[in-house]
Amino acid sequence: MRKTAGLLFLFCSYLLLTSCSEPVSHNRAVYMLLDTSGTYTQQIDKAKGIVKYLLGILSPGDSLALARIDSGSFSEKDIIAKITFDLRPSKANSQKRAFLEAVDQFSSQVKGSSYTDITGGMLQAIEYLNETGAGEKYILVFSDMKEEIKKGQIRDFPITFDGIKVTALNVTKLRSDNVDPREYMKRVEAWSKRVQDGGGQWRVMNDLDRLNTLLE
Amino acid sequence: MTSDLWNFWVPAQPALSVLIWVLLLVAVLYVARTPAHQAILAVSKGLRNALRIMARSVMVAESRLKRRNSEVLLAHGREASERYIEREFQRVEALVSRDLSGYPSLQRDLKEQITRIDEDYVQSGEVPPQPPEWLKAVEAVAEIQSSGSPVVAKILSDIHTTLKNSLNKDLNAYRAANKQRHALLKKMMPYWRSLTKILGCVEKKITGLEHRSNIIDEQMERYEQILSKTDYAERMLSSSSLTQFFVSGVVLFFATVGGYVNFQLVALPMSEMVGASSYLGPIRASDVAALFIIAIEVILGLFLMESVGVTRLFPIISMLDDNKRRVIAVTTFIFLFVFAAIESSLAYLRDMLASDNAALDQMLSGVEVTEPQLSWIPSVGQMVMGFILPFALTFAAIPLESFVHSSRTVIGLVLVWLLHMLAFLIRLLANLMRALGQLLVSLYDLIIFLPLRIEQIFSKNRPAKNRPSTELITEDEE
Repeated sequence: MRKTAGLLFLFCSYLLLTSCSEPVSHNRAVYMLLDTSGTYTQQIDKAKGIVKYLLGILSPGDSLALARIDSGSFSEKDIIAKITFDLRPSKANSQKRAFLEAVDQFSSQVKGSSYTDITGGMLQAIEYLNETGAGEKYILVFSDMKEEIKKGQIRDFPITFDGIKVTALNVTKLRSDNVDPREYMKRVEAWSKRVQDGGGQWRVMNDLDRLNTLLE
Repeated sequence: MTSDLWNFWVPAQPALSVLIWVLLLVAVLYVARTPAHQAILAVSKGLRNALRIMARSVMVAESRLKRRNSEVLLAHGREASERYIEREFQRVEALVSRDLSGYPSLQRDLKEQITRIDEDYVQSGEVPPQPPEWLKAVEAVAEIQSSGSPVVAKILSDIHTTLKNSLNKDLNAYRAANKQRHALLKKMMPYWRSLTKILGCVEKKITGLEHRSNIIDEQMERYEQILSKTDYAERMLSSSSLTQFFVSGVVLFFATVGGYVNFQLVALPMSEMVGASSYLGPIRASDVAALFIIAIEVILGLFLMESVGVTRLFPIISMLDDNKRRVIAVTTFIFLFVFAAIESSLAYLRDMLASDNAALDQMLSGVEVTEPQLSWIPSVGQMVMGFILPFALTFAAIPLESFVHSSRTVIGLVLVWLLHMLAFLIRLLANLMRALGQLLVSLYDLIIFLPLRIEQIFSKNRPAKNRPSTELITEDEE
């Protein structure tokens, strides 16, 4: 009995010590950027599938935001829906339903944009993710990663991606890529370098059947 | 530095230098042979002795532990035996107070039955018919000589007829009396049966008492053996402890599985109360809360079992007087009931949450959301399970007590075995040290075999008393 009491005491002490130390967030925050330029508006169903998958795996306390990439994406108005799920599972489920409704509504009236300001979207995503204070932060970019910005916009500067995992989803090959595949590789490589130089992690996922590894 | 040594004696001739070094070394070793042998043997002997002392200490510790184990085992056995005998006496007391308290009424019943039978028997007794009073007169008339007189013949004939009629009448009366007697005897049969039944009951009760007294005798014999600390008693208790350890271990394993099921019922709904993403250290707060509830239920179960006298894990509770124990038992039962009700409602909440999750999953996967048929069955099942499991876990106190008591014996036995093995290994090491010392001495002599051989050749020519000893110095000679 004394040994059991001793073990119990040690366990309680451990819990007390760990609870008094720096709090570690176990929550996850995901920011999904949706390219709405060109043919990507026709692939909105694929993006919806990813959102549904995310809604299925995210837990109470996690955060999710969906934003579109358009001509000037460094703006709150491009956020389609964002939510930090309630700590109670029942309330979180209701919020997930509401989020899905918002996505459905967006997909029914989505319009294509002339430009693709990926950097602006990334900056907006980083800002949002840092504000959530989540332990794990993800940016999912549903785009061909070809940036086209308005004349006068400045986007060629380093970005800090500290601890953020960036995943490019469904990076389609453009017609020009088919002519010279090096363009595609160069484009992907440039983003990889930019993210990794900024302290983030980069990966590309074109096979959407392997979504189970999305948040790893 | 090394090359300097190779060329130390003869420059540019390393082989020769090495040979000189070797010869020098052999010469030094030969000169230092005796003290070197003594040093090697002294070190090996010292190590051996130290190891032997260590082994002896371990063996002493082993024997102490063995003695302590035996004391604990016998004390537990004595306590268990006392409890068993006490319980048997309580049963006998209950038997006596239940059955023999009805003995006066039983005796009265028996007396009544016997009196009735006796009365009936007396009534059924055969009463011999009395001879008629006028028989003597008839005999006197019958002795009269008829001498052919018709009057006398007629008188005699009349007397015969009268006598015959009287006999018939008496016979009929006798038959009627017999019939009545048989009827009375027939009436006695139920009394006899009742009497047999009562006596059968008495016999059964007496047999029960006899059986109990036999058990008490056996236990007393065992108790006496424990008191006299015989080897047989120790072996018996040890084997019993091992059996208890494994059996209670298996039961506790199943109880733990039950506890896990209980935890699963409570953990999800607890996240609705304390939040699903709160953490206490590395563990989810809802899991800690669920574990806490289960721990409280188990503790309440322990106290309940303790206060009703089933287990004796806490001497303080078992030493309390009956009223206080009853109060504790009732209080813990009420708390347990409340917790069972809470858990039942949590199980219902869990089912609701699981249904909601399933509906959301269906919606997200694009399947039409449908409510499964007879969905109330799992709900009710979970509620019932949530209510029953806390009470079922209460009974885990019984194997837990056995496990705690028997684990002392098992751990003691394992420790004794470990100490025994340690002592064996240390003794083995001590012997190896001795052999190593002798091996080193032999190797030493092997290196200087050449001067030793030369010494042997020369010593053959010397008188025996001046001959130096080239035999191996052994530890025993030391």
